[in-house]
Amino acid sequence: MDLIINIVLGGLLIGGIYSLISMGLSLQYGVAKVLNIAHGEFLMVGAFITYWLQQNGVDPLLTIVVGGPLLFLVGFILYRTVFTSIRLKAPNTGVYESNSLLAAFGLYFIVQNIAVLIWGTTPQRFSYLASSVTILGEDFNENRLVATAFAVAIGAAFYLFLERTRIGKAIRAAAQDPLTAGLMGVDINFVLALCFGFGAAMAGLAGVLISICYPITTTMGLGYTVIAIVVVTLGGLGSIPGSFIGGFILGIIGTGVTYWEPGLAVASYYVIFIILLLVRPKGIMGK
Amino acid sequence: MDFSKINWKKAAITAGIPLVILIFLGLWPTIGPQYWVTLFSYFLLYIIISVSWTIFSGATGYISLASAAFYGIGIYAAALFREQFAANLPLIVVVLIGGLASFVLAFIVGAITLRLKGIYFAMFTFGLVLLLKEVIYYWEIQFNDLRGRFVAPESNDTIYYYLLGIFVITMIVAYLIRRSKYGLALQIIGENEEAAAHTGINVTMVKVLTYAVSAIFIGAAGVIMATKLTYVDPGVAFSPMMSFSPVLMAIFGGMGSIYGPVIGAVIFTYIEEILKTGSMKNYYMLIFGVILIGVILYLPNGIVGSIQNLWKRISGARRAHTRG
Repeated sequence: MDLIINIVLGGLLIGGIYSLISMGLSLQYGVAKVLNIAHGEFLMVGAFITYWLQQNGVDPLLTIVVGGPLLFLVGFILYRTVFTSIRLKAPNTGVYESNSLLAAFGLYFIVQNIAVLIWGTTPQRFSYLASSVTILGEDFNENRLVATAFAVAIGAAFYLFLERTRIGKAIRAAAQDPLTAGLMGVDINFVLALCFGFGAAMAGLAGVLISICYPITTTMGLGYTVIAIVVVTLGGLGSIPGSFIGGFILGIIGTGVTYWEPGLAVASYYVIFIILLLVRPKGIMGK
Repeated sequence: MDFSKINWKKAAITAGIPLVILIFLGLWPTIGPQYWVTLFSYFLLYIIISVSWTIFSGATGYISLASAAFYGIGIYAAALFREQFAANLPLIVVVLIGGLASFVLAFIVGAITLRLKGIYFAMFTFGLVLLLKEVIYYWEIQFNDLRGRFVAPESNDTIYYYLLGIFVITMIVAYLIRRSKYGLALQIIGENEEAAAHTGINVTMVKVLTYAVSAIFIGAAGVIMATKLTYVDPGVAFSPMMSFSPVLMAIFGGMGSIYGPVIGAVIFTYIEEILKTGSMKNYYMLIFGVILIGVILYLPNGIVGSIQNLWKRISGARRAHTRG
């Protein structure tokens, strides 16, 4: 019983961060139709900006205010330059999707190698809110609780933004049918760039939260991208609540498998991914 | 009409040029310097992989990122059956085993991923590479208590001639598939899969079989390259670069013709060689990424396609009035 509580709580505590990354990818993939394999690299950049600022005496949680908007801008500009051009040149959606996937791989190589040139490949970590807290008889670090709380708050705020604002409505319309949304007066290039920017910002914020809990390396990005892809498939393409819930589910599964056999944690994600694609490619919340 | 004359000329060119190139490649180890012989084996390797990739993905538009999986399967076939300091099967048999294992794997993957949309297919195949890597790592450490394996080395000339043989077969198969009604069926599937099904093409069978056949050569090449690497572990065998290189090479060269991937493979292998051995070593992957994005943005038809377009524009201006 203790074991189950430990696994579930541990899973929920990492699940919040997974949710945040996956919501970001869901926007990029579900709405902007870019399967951004470089998603995890934005996360890594967010984490290393936090590390760098922390070494210069800035409180890590303050980085959220800097890192989020900065990565949003990077994502927005990237979409306006690279991906818009690919989209306009592609004869159909299929070509656009595969070309943008390949461009995203190019981006992945570029960002990761620049990061390696700047920060090297040795794992870095700093101590922040490292005192331990007891929940239901299990000990957890305070920083993990803070990170999960922030992840949930950011996720909820973004959900409200999508549901309640005019731009949110435009994004949802673009997710359903970009062409019709464009006909209804939505500036589609702007909205898709916005989605890509928000996706990058969410990855960056997740990176900030990861850096206060776990050691970070410049090569960690792809692992998180894979997690995000699995969660997005699990939750249903383009479904923000699906990604949110899916993050926690995968967090619990991952923690369970890691407890049983750490060498197979990553393999278990692929198995889940493959089974999902075969059995229910639409995901749990997909329409 | 002098059609017969044109056809005769064309036949001489289509048969003659490859024959001259083949004789040159066959004699190359005896006349070329050692460094260039080794470099030519890499040319052959990447031509095999990018042409094989283009057979299926170039025609249908399904981006397969499983090349590294087939290549790795080949490498592990060599690791199991051509172990260093052990009684082994003959190399040619192991090459066949590697090819056959890749065929079976590709057949299974093709059969279960048929229903997936293009982008899911790309992700699935990429996931397969990483899954195989993780599982084999786990298996080797857990049950065999080792990380990597040693493969019996072969001489540079043996490696070269084996690759040359696989290269010739790959080119012939790619050419035949292109010219057959099979190739036509693939093209139609690439244009519009539903329409293809309505015209009576057995879409499932064509896709799965072509995909499986194209994987054979990648697996066979993996077996040969394992004897060059001599030490292999899952990280080396299932390196994702082996999945991306053929895509990049094929797009860069142009997928509209059979020469496109060949030209792309040779240029890229040479660029890689220069960058990796020079002072730019640390920037290799960075430059790779920049070229990848640049090619997708500015050369969507590849070098061959762009030259053809340019030629059409130049010659088209001249002939415009005769064609009406």
